[in-house]
Amino acid sequence: MTSSLNLWLIPVLPLAGAAINGFLGKKSSRTAVSVIGLFFSGAAFAWALSVVMRVSSDALPYHEYIAHWIRFGSAGLPGSFSSDFALYLDQLSLVMLLIVTGVGFLIHIYSVGYMWDDPSYYRFFAYLNLFKFFMLTLVLANNYLLMFIGWEGVGLASYLLIGFWFTKDSAASAGKKAFIVNRIGDFGFLIALFLIIQHFGSLDFTKVFAQVQPLAAETAGAGLLTAIGILLMVGACGKSAQIPLYVWLPDAMEGPTPVSALIHAATMVTAGVYMVSRSHMIFERAPMALMVVAVIGTLTALFAATIGIVQTDIKKVLAYSTVSQLGYMFMACGVGAFSAGIFHLMTHAFFKGLLFLAAGSVIHAVGGEQDMRKMGGLRSYIPITAATMGIATLAIAGIFPFAGFWSKDEILWKAYQANWVYWFIGLVTAFVTSFYMFRLLFMTFAGDYRGGAHADEHGRGTHGHDHGHGEPHESPMVMLVPLMILAVLSVVGGLVGIGNGFEHFLAPVFGSGEVAGAAGEAASRGTEILLMVVSVTVALLGAMLAYVLYVSKPYLPQKIADGLNGFYTAVLNKYYIDELYAKLFVKPLIDGSTSILWQGVDRKIIDDTVNNAADGARQVSDEVRHMQSGNLRSYAGWIAAGSAVVLAYMIWMGVR
Amino acid sequence: MVPLSYYLVLSGFLFACGVAGFLIKRNIITIFMSIELMLNGVNLSFVAFAAHWHALAGQIFVFFVMVVAAAESAVGLAIIIAVYRTRETLNVDQVNLLKL
Repeated sequence: MTSSLNLWLIPVLPLAGAAINGFLGKKSSRTAVSVIGLFFSGAAFAWALSVVMRVSSDALPYHEYIAHWIRFGSAGLPGSFSSDFALYLDQLSLVMLLIVTGVGFLIHIYSVGYMWDDPSYYRFFAYLNLFKFFMLTLVLANNYLLMFIGWEGVGLASYLLIGFWFTKDSAASAGKKAFIVNRIGDFGFLIALFLIIQHFGSLDFTKVFAQVQPLAAETAGAGLLTAIGILLMVGACGKSAQIPLYVWLPDAMEGPTPVSALIHAATMVTAGVYMVSRSHMIFERAPMALMVVAVIGTLTALFAATIGIVQTDIKKVLAYSTVSQLGYMFMACGVGAFSAGIFHLMTHAFFKGLLFLAAGSVIHAVGGEQDMRKMGGLRSYIPITAATMGIATLAIAGIFPFAGFWSKDEILWKAYQANWVYWFIGLVTAFVTSFYMFRLLFMTFAGDYRGGAHADEHGRGTHGHDHGHGEPHESPMVMLVPLMILAVLSVVGGLVGIGNGFEHFLAPVFGSGEVAGAAGEAASRGTEILLMVVSVTVALLGAMLAYVLYVSKPYLPQKIADGLNGFYTAVLNKYYIDELYAKLFVKPLIDGSTSILWQGVDRKIIDDTVNNAADGARQVSDEVRHMQSGNLRSYAGWIAAGSAVVLAYMIWMGVR
Repeated sequence: MVPLSYYLVLSGFLFACGVAGFLIKRNIITIFMSIELMLNGVNLSFVAFAAHWHALAGQIFVFFVMVVAAAESAVGLAIIIAVYRTRETLNVDQVNLLKL
């Protein structure tokens, strides 16, 4: 590699877009804002593509040094530490790079149509570009510290965008919730970083992993690597919405739909998966940490999927679905199949991004309504949206040969090899997934339209429609084109996985052991195909069940719900997890803050200290001011007395 | 030759008289004169030291003190006249506006 790839351009371009739109956008026209926003995010995508073209696989991993940042101690000596602004490109970051810039660019295009009527149009694009900057920093960083900058930055962008309609109380508090829950995860991440610094003296991926590599796997008991792994996973749980920190993601749906698509489905929430995969060297040597990852992932997958069944808000269904699919990815990482996890991350970015965008198109069509019970029969009104959403549903349900099929079966197959329990829960989840996704599809598009002419009041506040809303109407082309492109990707995106192609591509990152193992199991190909058949059958069963319940016999769901009275209510209320957290953590914190910190520390200690000091000063002054009699002779007396004291002191001390 | 200590004792006595007068007397004019007395007490010690050490600096100081004292008297007497015109008294205990 003689010529530089100039990787730094990729994150910096969206940053420039964010700066221009953020500082100047208020006074510019919508067209100008769109042009700026699209140009810079498109340029980042184009540059990423050109990097892909120019880089040859033997030049990877590629390092790019930008500027020095933190340095103390002389390099190489114990106690020294350095961390630079430097980028790192390997097959893994390449995949992430393309997902973030590519899907991000499509969602930018879509946003032009979706957000056009919003009064804060420029702000939206500034935030969106800012998000891309941080996400690309996260993905391209060559050390944990720079990655952490990106990590926190996307958290900030996520907060800003969830609370984009901040005049709405629920949106503002959803933003805060996301931010705070993420802080809890980041705490774990930070401690993991401290541990890494303490024991490896560096945060550079290459340096850390070079030192980790010779270490033996901690099979006997938990040790340093296990601790680091579990703490990293805590961070990943926050960012990627896994049990127990998933609660923020469903609330995050208060943000505009393109945000849900970009940040809370396609890219940011997958940062945790990326981070765990990036740290695979550590996890592979810490079986217990890996098990934690697998168990959390598996449980989350099933748990979130069951909540998804009963949600009636179209975006909430998708939110729980995202949590569940992220669980799949962690399950894959947990059984050591990192490339399968990344593969699912990629296909998920396509079909979940598409699902959200299509949902946005539906919401747009019915004038801001998000409740699926007030939709129905939209197929004839918005055929393109319906078709693309159908494709995405097939993809997420894992129907052959759509994208989700390849990646999900890859994960299930790896899980089966590790432990059939993971596989079984994964299979059940696949069934549930298929069921709730087809439920969404049928409730939205099949049957008759159940919405009134004016469902707008309920809507998303600022998405002001000045055109009449008698009939649901198809979205403009600027929104439909990204849908179609993503639909194509959702169909063909999985094909790269045929013959372990994707796995081979990522092999330089994750090591070839995984691939060799898979190749050696050619004999078990029969089992693999059998498993595929089983999972597709299960998915089809889920779809059929949804068809029966929501199309042919729509009176049944209510009956079943009544039959399962207590359980149904529990699921409908998301297993009361929010309430539980409120009781366990939020309320004690608020009470403690109120009675101890506010009334106790702040008012009793801090305020009283200040007030008493002031009162004391006043009382002393009240006494002392009598010296100021205005009587010339008493002043003279004080002066004489003072001089006498000074003189006496000087004589006494012998000062000359 | 009178010893230095005699001069110093006299100088201290004059100064103490000035301080006492300043503290005891109520009439502004008298207080004013007490100040002059203190200044002259100091002047005396200056001159005595100058003669004793054969250094001219002390005598120069005395000239400065006298000049400044003269200027101060002029300003001070002017103030006293102004005070007397407005308050019709020279008793300092009755000129006590400068209190809280």
